[in-house]
Amino acid sequence: MTQLALVIDLNVCVGCHACVTSCKEWNTSGTAGSMSDDNPYGQDPTGTFFNRVQTFEVGTYPNTETVHFPKSCLHCEDPPCVPVCPTGASYKRAEDGIVLVDYDKCIGCKYCSWACPYGAREIDEHLKVMKKCTLCVDRIYDTALPETERKPACVLACPTSARLFGDVHDPESQVSVAIRENGGYQLLPEWGTNPANHYLPRRKTRITIHEDELERVDNPLKKERRQPRPGFDEPTLDDVTSW
Amino acid sequence: MHPAFSVIFLTTLIGVGQGLFLALFTGHLYSVIKVVPMSADPQTFYGLGSLVALVFLGGGLFASFFHLGHPERAWRSAARWRTSWLSREVIVLPGFMGMLTLYGLVQYTAWNPVLTNLGPIIVDLSMVVGVLATIMAFALFLCTAMIYACIKFLQEWASPLTVVNYTLLGTASGFTLATAFAAMYAPELVRFYGIWAIIITITALFTRIASLIRNSRIKHKSTLQSAIGVRHPKVVQKAQGSMGGSFNTREFFHGKSADFLKSIKWIFLVLVFPVPVLMIMMGLSSAAFATLLVAFAIQYVGLLAERWFFFAQANHPQNLYYQTI
Ligand code: SF4
Ligand code: SF4
Repeated sequence: MTQLALVIDLNVCVGCHACVTSCKEWNTSGTAGSMSDDNPYGQDPTGTFFNRVQTFEVGTYPNTETVHFPKSCLHCEDPPCVPVCPTGASYKRAEDGIVLVDYDKCIGCKYCSWACPYGAREIDEHLKVMKKCTLCVDRIYDTALPETERKPACVLACPTSARLFGDVHDPESQVSVAIRENGGYQLLPEWGTNPANHYLPRRKTRITIHEDELERVDNPLKKERRQPRPGFDEPTLDDVTSW
Repeated sequence: MHPAFSVIFLTTLIGVGQGLFLALFTGHLYSVIKVVPMSADPQTFYGLGSLVALVFLGGGLFASFFHLGHPERAWRSAARWRTSWLSREVIVLPGFMGMLTLYGLVQYTAWNPVLTNLGPIIVDLSMVVGVLATIMAFALFLCTAMIYACIKFLQEWASPLTVVNYTLLGTASGFTLATAFAAMYAPELVRFYGIWAIIITITALFTRIASLIRNSRIKHKSTLQSAIGVRHPKVVQKAQGSMGGSFNTREFFHGKSADFLKSIKWIFLVLVFPVPVLMIMMGLSSAAFATLLVAFAIQYVGLLAERWFFFAQANHPQNLYYQTI
């Protein structure tokens, strides 16, 4: 069984919001209808987004670290948002594990957004239906696109390649290897939602060097240097030998 | 959570409707087994009473439509009754209303054929319909409350107390209304209803306080650390991915001060429990319709505050991602 997902590398994300804008651009122009905004160019702009980048500061000054944290629907393997939907508008696809909303069936009761612990679902205030990340389901299977472009818009837009896309059930896929080898983790694991999307933690590249690795104990040069120096009243080696 | 008035009215109004029917049918049963006198004019009392209950249920149903983005598609919401408590409620509510209509009609037209005899008890059509409607009334309390209690990470709601409180508070308000109604149409039953209303209201006080105590001691399982997966005791949010707020900041925060919340709590604790109990006691001695009706009105207003508080108090884990409000 396939479970498509994103793996987001917090070590690499620079918080540029390229994924946010490309997501909005692709999905607001799609066949599924626009993602409406209020005051987009005025004061207090607000609107519907599938993906948001948040910023957190970890630690106390001066030992702080800024973590940029992109957040979208995690396509949970056991999604609590799906069974609560009274209409069946929210569903999880068996073939690739993508969680979707059928905008033609949704009655806009918002119950699914209450049942998502991550706040990944947002109601479209004008179209009055629930919206969320689709993993660009209208892109990734589009055979009219070249093979390399059949990925979610956010993944293609990311300038630092902080976003990986693939099948987390295939142990040899790029995403599975990244999760396995770089300590990939899930968000809010305590609720048993088993999110398909994973995050890679911040990683510091450190090498441990011991004193004796910097200075060789058995350095032959050092052995010579350690020769005792003759005192001022003693003959030097030259004096001794040049006779 | 942000309390939505559509849902507050829905849950309180149908609670009154269900409670009033339960009260009517309790009176009916008691009079069959001759514990209380038969009302002088059962046709009007039970028939009209069912109509009043129906009006409350209809009001609740009407309010619920304001909660939907697409009310014209509401019929679709009956589809997923296998998994969704909301869907179950959508089925049980009209079902109960239908059964209640039938009960009211059987009583009002007095077309009430005797079906069988259980010893000295005569089982007629109105009793069978009433028992079915009673089952549906309780099922409806269960569905309504489970909509909230089944979301396990909304820890304030995820408790059997939610179901108990919805049932008891709805029933209490229904019995209070029945007391007032009896003062008008069946004075001989006022005492019976009044005493039950007091007993249920006081029981509800204990269970509601139990849930208040439980919620004040809740330890939330999710933390900002588990939300973003960074192990450090000090994590501060600096940006939440929107400037003018988003659905997430509007839907999941009540936006009121802690003091406001606290005052609502005290308002409902006073208006739902002691005031109506005292007024029912006063009304009982004189069977005064006006006093009893005011008792019901005050209790209902208190229940609006109670429901507001119920929603506002729930703390959604998604709020961890939206801290710089
Ligand atoms: S992240 Fe939320 S909306 Fe997405 S599948 Fe999980 S529970 Fe559902
Ligand atoms: S808002 Fe739409 S998708 Fe969500 S539970 Fe209601 S009907 Fe289902």
